[in-house]
Amino acid sequence: MSYLEYAVKSAPTGFRKIFHLNWPVALLLASVSGAGFLMLYSVAGGSFSPWAEPQMKRFAMGFALMIGVAMVPIWFWRSLAGVGYLLTVALLVAVELFGTVGMGAQRWIDLGFMRLQPSELMKITLVMFLAAYYDWLPAKRTSHPFWVLIPVIAIIIPTLLVLRQPDLGTSILLLAAGGGLMFLAGVHWAYFAAVLASVIGLVTTVFQSRGTEWQLIKDYQFRRIDTFLDPSTDPLGAGYHITQSKIALGSGGWTGRGFMQGTQSRLNFLPEKHTDFIFTTLAEEFGFLGGISLLGLYALIIVFCIWSALTNKDRFSSLLILGIALNFFLFFAVNMSMVMGLAPVVGVPLPMVSYGGSAMLVLMLAFGLMQSAHVHRLR
Amino acid sequence: MKKTRAETDFSHRRISRRAALLGGAQLLFIGGLAARMRFLQVDQADQFRLLAEENRINVRLIPPSRGEVFDRNGTRLAQNAPSYRIVIVREDAGDTDEVLHRLSQIIPLAPEDIERTKDELKRSPSFLPVTIAEDVRWEDISRVSVNAPALPGVTPEVGLSRVYPQGSDFAHVLGYVGPVSDYDLEKIADPEPVLRIPRFQIGKVGVETKLEPVLRGKAGAKRVEVNAAGRVMRELDRREGTPGSDIQLTIDAKLQGYVQARLDQESASAVVIDCEHGDVLACASAPTFDPNLFVRGISVKDYSSLTGNKYRPLASKTVQGLYPPGSTFKMVTAMAALEAGLIGPDETVYCPGHLTVSGRRFHCWKRAGHGWVDLQTSLKRSCDVYYYDLAIKVGIEKISDMARRFGLGIKHDVPMSAVAQGLAPNMEWKQQTYGQSWRVGDTVNVSIGQGFMLASPMQLAVMSARIATGRAVEPRLIKSVDGVEQPSRGGESLGMNENNLRKMRRAMNAVVNDRRGTAYGSRIIEDAMRMAGKTGTSQVRNITAAERRAGVIRNEDLPWERRDHALFVNFAPIEAPKYAVAVVVEHGGGGSKAAAPIARDITLQALYGGQPPLEAYPAKDRERIEEQQEKLRGMEPQASFVGRDQA
Repeated sequence: MSYLEYAVKSAPTGFRKIFHLNWPVALLLASVSGAGFLMLYSVAGGSFSPWAEPQMKRFAMGFALMIGVAMVPIWFWRSLAGVGYLLTVALLVAVELFGTVGMGAQRWIDLGFMRLQPSELMKITLVMFLAAYYDWLPAKRTSHPFWVLIPVIAIIIPTLLVLRQPDLGTSILLLAAGGGLMFLAGVHWAYFAAVLASVIGLVTTVFQSRGTEWQLIKDYQFRRIDTFLDPSTDPLGAGYHITQSKIALGSGGWTGRGFMQGTQSRLNFLPEKHTDFIFTTLAEEFGFLGGISLLGLYALIIVFCIWSALTNKDRFSSLLILGIALNFFLFFAVNMSMVMGLAPVVGVPLPMVSYGGSAMLVLMLAFGLMQSAHVHRLR
Repeated sequence: MKKTRAETDFSHRRISRRAALLGGAQLLFIGGLAARMRFLQVDQADQFRLLAEENRINVRLIPPSRGEVFDRNGTRLAQNAPSYRIVIVREDAGDTDEVLHRLSQIIPLAPEDIERTKDELKRSPSFLPVTIAEDVRWEDISRVSVNAPALPGVTPEVGLSRVYPQGSDFAHVLGYVGPVSDYDLEKIADPEPVLRIPRFQIGKVGVETKLEPVLRGKAGAKRVEVNAAGRVMRELDRREGTPGSDIQLTIDAKLQGYVQARLDQESASAVVIDCEHGDVLACASAPTFDPNLFVRGISVKDYSSLTGNKYRPLASKTVQGLYPPGSTFKMVTAMAALEAGLIGPDETVYCPGHLTVSGRRFHCWKRAGHGWVDLQTSLKRSCDVYYYDLAIKVGIEKISDMARRFGLGIKHDVPMSAVAQGLAPNMEWKQQTYGQSWRVGDTVNVSIGQGFMLASPMQLAVMSARIATGRAVEPRLIKSVDGVEQPSRGGESLGMNENNLRKMRRAMNAVVNDRRGTAYGSRIIEDAMRMAGKTGTSQVRNITAAERRAGVIRNEDLPWERRDHALFVNFAPIEAPKYAVAVVVEHGGGGSKAAAPIARDITLQALYGGQPPLEAYPAKDRERIEEQQEKLRGMEPQASFVGRDQA
């Protein structure tokens, strides 16, 4: 399928494209980020430095990036899908070989002006690649074992590379997003049932491997799972994160203690208060109403994305938008589950709110692609 | 690959269907998150809010002020004085090296203190105060205060520290306190949290440690808001603790001071007991040391000079020191025989200067012998053979039993450190300890307080008091706690024949007041205050046959460690005994020469409640005594001090 198949004429051109952006999604992203600035300002004790100000600058950059990406027709991006995928896998290998070790894991490549985290980029390029693949693949062959094997390999390679860093959180997200995209593309139910069965098998194996020579995941990961299952066993050690996070969250009540009044984050009981655990500060200071509002904003972003995908007749675009939405969903769902004590602490930031450059830029890039698909959709 | 319209539609429908499914699942999950949030934030809010308060609020202990110690007349023996220290807070100081340099120009600081401070500053959190100098003089504190603008982050702090105003006089009785060490904590099964306060002082030795629970008091607490790093943000409220109870000792500080001064630098000890209640009026061990040194943490140099001293200043000789009682034990042997009815009214024994028992020859101290002696003469002149003979007749069991009735070989309940039990040996003891059967020779040795027999000066004073009163006097050291008088124990009759006791006292009277008595030189002239006593000279070595042939070496010619111990026990006044005294001068030579004069001086001091008139002394001694009194007056008790002299 070539770009000629797109109804080029019906798509807007030039700067008129701006008006055809999916503005609800863009504004929702801006408001979520706004909540983030507020919280970063608060956890710094009422100061724009060191977190709120750089975060605002990066959001401005990201927003410009999103619009820039959206201006470029989607078929151009589609043509980059394969190359982008291979390039990112190559970057993951490069991280493995030359990466900077930080927080006990190899995750970054220092580019001088910024630290590139290829595993973040991988989430997008994997989705692009799979969307392009299923766009190319005739619908009849979708569930053919051979044609199923190809995307499975495409998912497994980066997942294993990320797992080696080691970054359990991101590798699970990659696996889930890839699997989700295959599901959306219409791969037969039976495959998913089989995978589910083998995952259960795998989990048992992983736990069986504990303490043996061929132990599959690191000790600290086991401990995190242990303390997730029973945080009270180690309230000052590994269980500290979960226990403290629940305390801060719960002490917020209905309306919270008020902006800048959260005692738990202010007195440093919360670890990583500006990154992974920023939601607890919000929930403590603005209470249940604040928390549910942020959750609502996230839900609306998902809803608008799905709506955009459903109204898009182009298969690549639909799958891409759905994949990006799924990624975004997984992001905040895992973070919030973790913070609320529903999932083990795996180190996934809250999208658009947590302090961090690389994650935000990649997300804005992804939404740029989503916007491009929206602007240049088949009408 | 060209796509047909039908295929596109088909795949679009399929994608839409699955997208709706997955989207629905996502929204469901979001709903789940919302429910969880509601559960945590609304349903369980109260519980978590409580936990958050616990997080935020920290309970800090306020150390209680330690109970003070007084003597029987209300003289303060241990008190809590403010001690000043200078601390520095890194985050307030900025350039700590510069600030320390400036401080060292204002007040004298030891270079090692500066080094230690720099070290600690590097290691501790920036908001924690680090102590630069402790026990700083008030003048230096005011100098620091005046120069405060030039010394950012440097503040004087005041705390309470133990001070012993009587200095070395009470070093062995009271002991001293010191900061809790890890070693102390290990010994305590379930240490109170207050012990974890840095530099909290607890009793280490003596009454300070034996009455620790009484003196310590209960810690107060304050609630403070802290952050996760433990830094105090503000104080919320406080509850003051209960201060420790004050204690009053039975000791008379004035008498104690005199006794300590009288013993001077001899390796000696003396105990004065009130015959009626058993109150310990003085309990001095010499040489002594300044307990204040230990409170601040003694320097290695000072400590090694104490431990290296052959006179063992750290040992509490009154209760810890065990000596063969020598001839002072003869009253026990005699009483055992009297109570057994083995001494007839006019019974005499011939002393040829030695007695041969199962082939072994036991010598009397007087090689020429005493001739025919009765009970009174034997005690007066301290004839050994008389008691050898008596002991063989009575047997060790009765002697050992009598010793215990007089308070020897029994651990008296005195709240001092390392109170020794001593030893009143019997057959069973020897069998158990050495696996050997008791021999008559052992009995002969014990009869004159040698051999296995061991007693502490405290026990000898108790013995003397029991002979004087015929009652089971028990030593009492604590007069009152928090103003509540402590009961004196013992005091019931020993159940001995009063006639026998009277004989004993008469014999002891003769020792001191008969012209031929061994302690005649140390008698008291004043009629109403005359004393009765017994000298003792106990060997610390065996005189070998070879030595005996060569002629026994005079005691003064021996090295100090091998000289005899000099002992003396007495009570006074004879008619109505008030005080019982025991004096032991380690390796002092003869009891009559080295110990008796000290005991006499102490007794007079106690009887007069101060310096006695010269008329109480024998005429020929008066000049010498006057000189001695003059000298002792110059030795006032050490004044207390606050702050280390750093000049």
